[in-house]
Amino acid sequence: MSATMVELRGVHKRFGALEVLRGIDLTVRTGEVTVLLGPSGSGKSTLLRAINHLEKVDKGFVLVDGELMGYRRSGNRLHELSERHILHQRTHIGFVFQSFNLFPHLTVLENVVEAPVSAQGRDRAEATAHARELLNRVGLSDKAEEYPRRLSGGQQQRVAIARALALRPKLVLFDEPTSALDPELVGEVLDVMRDLARAGTTMVVVTHEIGFAREAADTVVFLDAGRIVEQGPPAQVLDSPREERTRAFLGAVRH
Amino acid sequence: MTVAKDVAPPSVVAEPAEELTVVPARHPWRWVATAVVAVLLAMAVNALVTNPAWDWPTVGQFLFAPSILRSVALTLQLTVLGIVVGFVLGTVLAVMRMSPNPLLRSVSWTYIWIFRSVPLILQLLFWYNLALLYRTIGFGIPFGPTFVEIGTMDLVSPVTAAVLGLALHQAAYAAEVVRAGFLAVDPGQLEAAAALGIPKLRQFRRIQLPQAMRTIIPTAGNELIGLVKGTSVVYIMALSELFYQVQVIYTRNGRVIPLLLVAAIWYLALTTVMSIAQFYVERHYARGAQRALPPTPLQRLRATLRRDAS
Repeated sequence: MSATMVELRGVHKRFGALEVLRGIDLTVRTGEVTVLLGPSGSGKSTLLRAINHLEKVDKGFVLVDGELMGYRRSGNRLHELSERHILHQRTHIGFVFQSFNLFPHLTVLENVVEAPVSAQGRDRAEATAHARELLNRVGLSDKAEEYPRRLSGGQQQRVAIARALALRPKLVLFDEPTSALDPELVGEVLDVMRDLARAGTTMVVVTHEIGFAREAADTVVFLDAGRIVEQGPPAQVLDSPREERTRAFLGAVRH
Repeated sequence: MTVAKDVAPPSVVAEPAEELTVVPARHPWRWVATAVVAVLLAMAVNALVTNPAWDWPTVGQFLFAPSILRSVALTLQLTVLGIVVGFVLGTVLAVMRMSPNPLLRSVSWTYIWIFRSVPLILQLLFWYNLALLYRTIGFGIPFGPTFVEIGTMDLVSPVTAAVLGLALHQAAYAAEVVRAGFLAVDPGQLEAAAALGIPKLRQFRRIQLPQAMRTIIPTAGNELIGLVKGTSVVYIMALSELFYQVQVIYTRNGRVIPLLLVAAIWYLALTTVMSIAQFYVERHYARGAQRALPPTPLQRLRATLRRDAS
C-alpha cells in the first residue's frame, strides 16, 4: 500500500451547462481522515462520487491506491474500462449514502453478506462470520435477522457502514451520512465513524458536522463553486481560516 | 386558571378505572342494511335454483364431460403458453425500451405501438392466414442462402397460430407492465449495488427484479386473468377450446343456457385458482416491505378459532 491512497489531478465535471467541478487537485494519505466541507452545490458530493467512478469525470483523472479509476492508460490515451472491470475496482472502496440505500427485501445480515459473496467470490460461511463480527462492531448484533424497514434511521446507517466495511475496503467514502437522520440519532452514527477513524481506516467524508471534522479529521478541505478554496489541519481551516469564503461559510454553519 | 377550574365538570372517574366497563356504541343501521342484503341474496339464490330454464341437471351432466375437460386443458395450455412467452418477450421489450441504444428503443416502441393498437381478433386472423402471405418459411443466412424451407401450413398449425397471436399481443402489454415495475424501484438501490461492485446480472436478479416484482405481480395477475378469458376469442380459428366446445355442443343439442353456464363455471374456477396463487406470490415478494406480512387465510382462520376457544 502506498502512502497516498487517493490522488485527483485536474478533475473537471459538468452536468449540461453547469460546471460542477472546475479543476480539482487533491491528495488523500493512507490511514487519514479527510473531511470535505462546503456550501450546498459546491461539488463536494460529486467529487466524492468521482473517486469511485459513480460519476464519470470529463477531464483529469483519479488514482486510488495507484490504480487509475475507470480507465486504462496507453500512451497519451485513456481507454474507458468495461463495466465489469469498473465494478471490480469498486469492491476495494466502501461507499455510505446519505439515504442509506439498504436493500429492503433482504435481511440486515443478507445486506452485509451480499457483496462479499457475489462481488468478491468469498466463501458464504466466512462472509457470514465476518458480517456478524461487523454488526457487533456497529452495535447491532441482535438485529441480524431483521428487515431494514424495522430499524431506526441511525440503525440503518450503521448497517450501511457495516455493509461497506464487509468488502474489507482500502478506503471508505461517506456522502453526508448523518444528514437524513433525526438529531438524536446523529451521535450513534458519528460514534461508529470515530471508532473507524481511530482504527486507522482511510476515510473521505462529506459532512456538515463541524464537531466531527474538528475531532476526527486529519485534513479539512473547503470547496466552493467547484474549486478547492483551502485545505489543511482542522485547527487551521476551522479556527483560523485564511479565506474570506471559508470564514463566511463557517460563520453561517455555526449560528 | 381559577375560572377554568370552576367550569371544569367534576371528574367522572371517581372510582378506580378497572371497575368501569366499556359498552360499544350500537349501530342500528348496520342491522337494517344486513337484513336488506340478506333478503336480496335469498331472492337471487331462489331465482337461480327454482327456475327450470337454468337446467342444472344438464349443467351437471356436461361439467365433467370428456370433451369439455379436453377443451379446458386446451384453454389452460393456450393461457400458460401465452402468458409465459408473452412475459419473456415482454421483458426483452421492456429492457430494450429502457436501453441507451436508440435503435433498440424505437424498435421496442414501434412493436408495442402496433401490437397494442390492432385488435386481438384481427391479429389472430393474420397468423391463421399466414400461409396466404408467405407460402414457405426458410431458415438460413439473412439475405444469403437458405438451408431449410418449410411450408407455412406445416410449420404454423392452428394451435401454434393461436399461441403466437395471443403471446405477441400479450407481449406488448407485458412490456409496459414490466417496465413500470422497474421504474418503480428506487434508483438508489442500483447505485448502492453498483457502489458495492455487485456484478450486473446479479444486480438484476437479486436487487432489481425482486423489488420490481412487487409492482409487476398485481398487474400481471390482471393480465393473466384477462388472458384466460381472452383465449375464448380463439374460437374464430375453430380450435376446440372451452368456448368453442360449448358452442359445438349447444348447436347440437339446443341447450344453450346450461352449456354457457358450464363454460362460465370453468372460467370462474380457473381464475379462482390463479387469484389464490397470486396471493401467495405477492406475499412472497412482500418480504421486508411491510413491518409484518399479512396473514394467510389459513392463519387467519386458526387465529379466529383460537380466539373463540379461549
